[in-house]
Amino acid sequence: MQSDQLAVGFVNALRGAGIDVAVGSSVNYYQALGAVGVEQRSSVYWAGRATLVVEPDDIELYDQIFNAYYGANLLTANPVVEVVQPITLVTDDDGEDGAEDGDGDDEDPGDPSLTLRWSRHEVLRAKDFADYTDDELEEVYRLMAAMARVGGTRRSRRRRLTHRTAGHPALRRTVRAAIRSSGEPVRRWYTEPGERLRRVVLLLDISGSMESYARALIRFVHAAVVGRRRVEVFTIGTRLTRITRELSSRDPDRALGEAAHAVSDWSGGTRLGDTLADFNELWGIRGMARGATVVILSDGWDRGSPEVMDEQMARLRRVAHRLVWVNPLKATPGYQPLAQGMAAALPHIDDFIEGHSLRSLERLAAVLGDKQSTAEARNKASNSSHPAGEARGGSTQLIGKPQ
Amino acid sequence: MEPEPTTAAEVADGLAGCDYLADEGLATAVFLAMTLSRPLLLEGEPGVGKTETANALAAWTGGELIRLQCYEGIDVAQAVYEWDYSRQLLHLRTAEATGSATQATADALEDELYSERFLIRRPLLRAIAAVEGPPPVLLIDEVDRADDEFEAFLLEILSDYAVTVPEIGRFAASTPPRVIITSNRTRDVHDALKRRCLYHWVEHPGFEQEVAIIGRRAPEVGVILARQVAAATAAFRELGLYKPPGVAESIDWSLALGRLGAAELTPEITQASLGSVLKYREDQQRVADQGIGGLIERAIARAG
Repeated sequence: MQSDQLAVGFVNALRGAGIDVAVGSSVNYYQALGAVGVEQRSSVYWAGRATLVVEPDDIELYDQIFNAYYGANLLTANPVVEVVQPITLVTDDDGEDGAEDGDGDDEDPGDPSLTLRWSRHEVLRAKDFADYTDDELEEVYRLMAAMARVGGTRRSRRRRLTHRTAGHPALRRTVRAAIRSSGEPVRRWYTEPGERLRRVVLLLDISGSMESYARALIRFVHAAVVGRRRVEVFTIGTRLTRITRELSSRDPDRALGEAAHAVSDWSGGTRLGDTLADFNELWGIRGMARGATVVILSDGWDRGSPEVMDEQMARLRRVAHRLVWVNPLKATPGYQPLAQGMAAALPHIDDFIEGHSLRSLERLAAVLGDKQSTAEARNKASNSSHPAGEARGGSTQLIGKPQ
Repeated sequence: MEPEPTTAAEVADGLAGCDYLADEGLATAVFLAMTLSRPLLLEGEPGVGKTETANALAAWTGGELIRLQCYEGIDVAQAVYEWDYSRQLLHLRTAEATGSATQATADALEDELYSERFLIRRPLLRAIAAVEGPPPVLLIDEVDRADDEFEAFLLEILSDYAVTVPEIGRFAASTPPRVIITSNRTRDVHDALKRRCLYHWVEHPGFEQEVAIIGRRAPEVGVILARQVAAATAAFRELGLYKPPGVAESIDWSLALGRLGAAELTPEITQASLGSVLKYREDQQRVADQGIGGLIERAIARAG
C-alpha cells in the first residue's frame, strides 16, 4: 500500500470518528510521513499526533483509531477500519441502571471501543428544544441588543487618544502634528487607558430540577453569546460541557440544536460542587474566570457534599471579579435558600437574583450592567447573620421549598 | 554550525546536549517543525517545560532566542515595531534650531523621520528581519493571554513571514525563524492558527525520564535523592491537587533539598521544604492530611 493512500485513509478514519481534520493538516501529515519515514510504528504515530491532532481531548480517540487502522504491522494497514462512533447515547430513565450497585465500576476496562461512563446519577439524554415562535424571536433579538454592553468594563492596557490636555503623552500623534508645524510640537496629544468589556462566564445548570426553566435559560445564554463579545457558556449538571461555540450561530434554532447535541446530560442528576471543581480546574483558575463576571444559573439543588460546594465557590470567588447567582425559585413567594448547595454557596455570592423566565432574565442584564460597587455587595453578603438570609437585603420570611 | 537533523532521534540528542530531555513525541514534533518550516504550538500543564523547549532549541541551533511574552492588550507597537518618538522630536527640534526645517519641505523632513534610523524593532520584526547566522528561534509565549485580534494578526505574519511598515516598506525573512508558540489553554486558540501550526500536548514526564531530568538540572543532588524526589512528585500528582507539581517544581525541590544538605527524603525535611514543590496552602494541607510519613515511605519504596 502506498504511503499517500495510507495517509488519506487514516485521515478519513479520523474524520469518521469525529476528529476535525483540516485539509491542510492532511497534507502536512503526508509530508511528515515523508520526513520521518514509515518504518517505525512510533514515528508514524507521532507524525500524526503533531500534524492531525490539535485538541488534547482528541488524543484518546486518535490512539484508538491509530491502533485499529495500523494494526500490529504497519505494512498490513487495514484501510477498512470499522470507525468508532463518538459518544452518542440516548437512554431513557434509570430503569436498567437501577440494578447496578456501584457508581463508577460499570465500565468494561477491556473493551477497546469507547464505552460510555455513566452512573445512576448521570442520565444522558438528548434534548429537543421546540423552534422559536415569531414572538419569541422578537423577544430574543431585543435581548441580544440589551446584552451588548452589559457586564461592566475595566481598564485595558491599551491606551487611546484623549482630548484632555494632561496625562500620558501620545508621541506618535504629537510627532505627526509637529511635522506640519516645522518641527514645533504646538499641539500636544495625550492618551488615557482604554476600556475593555469584562469577560462574562455563564454556568448553566441543566439538571432535572431545572428542566422547566431550561428553555428560557438556554435562550438567554444564546442571546448573551451572540449579543455581547467575550462571553463563555458552560453547562453544569453531572458533567461540565463548554457550549460557547455551539451557541455562536446567530440563527437561534440552529444554535440551540447544536448546543442540545453537544450536551449529553440534559435533565440528569446534579453534582454542582463537582462540576464547579471541574470548571475551576480546567478553565476558571487558569484564566477564564479571572477578573470576569461569573454568573451561575441554578436552583442550588446539589446531591454532592456541601463542603465541596463551599470550597469550590470560595476558589471561584478568589479569582472572579463578581459572582452572580440566578435562581429561578427565588421568584416563589416566601422562598428561602435552604437547599444544601444554595446555602453553602450563598456566603460567596455578590448578587443573588431571580430568573425564572426570559423576561425576568432581562433584569439580570440590568444587574450585570449596574455599576454598583462589588465590595459593598460582598460586605452585605458576608454580614448576613444566618446562612439562610439573602445575599443582598430582601425579605426573610421562612419556609421555602421543603427539603 | 547550524544542525540539520534528518531524524527525530538527532533532535532528541541535540536537545539533550543542551540539558533538555525531550521524549520521542516532542522530539518528533520539533523535528517536523524544523523540516517542514512550520510553527510549533505547545500546550500542556504549567511547569512541564514548554518555554524551556525554545531555550534549548536556541542553544542547540545557535540561533538567537527572541521572546515575545503575550499579555492582554498587546499590540503592534509592542510586538512588531514602534517609532522612537523622543528621538524624532529631538531631531525635529535640531532641524528647527539649525534652520534646515524651514528650507526642507515637510515631505523631506517626514521621510527623514520615518527612516530605519528611528525604527525600534520589537520581537516579531527582529525575528523576521534577522539576516546573519542561523535562523533565530522565535518564542511566542502564552499566546492565550493576548486578544483574538492579535492572534489574527499573528496568523498573517506566520503565514508569509513578512511585515510591512507603511512608511518604509516590506521586511521579508530570508530564512524563516523557527517559531515555538506556547499556550496554557485559558481560552481556545483560534482554529486557523492551530491549522497553521504543528501541535504537541506536553505531558508530565515518566518516572525514569524525570529522574534523568533532575540529574541534568540539579547535578549536585545524588541519584538516590533524585529518584525519591521523582517518586514523591509523581505521588503528589495523583492526589488531585489544585496545582499538581510540574518538572519545574521537582527541579526546584531537588535544588532546595540539595541546599539543605539532604541525602535522602525524610518526613521532616519534606515538611520543611514543601513550599518549593506545593504552592497552595490547600495543597499542603491535603498532603498533610494524607500523612507525609506514609507518602514518603511509599515514594522511597518505589524509588528502590
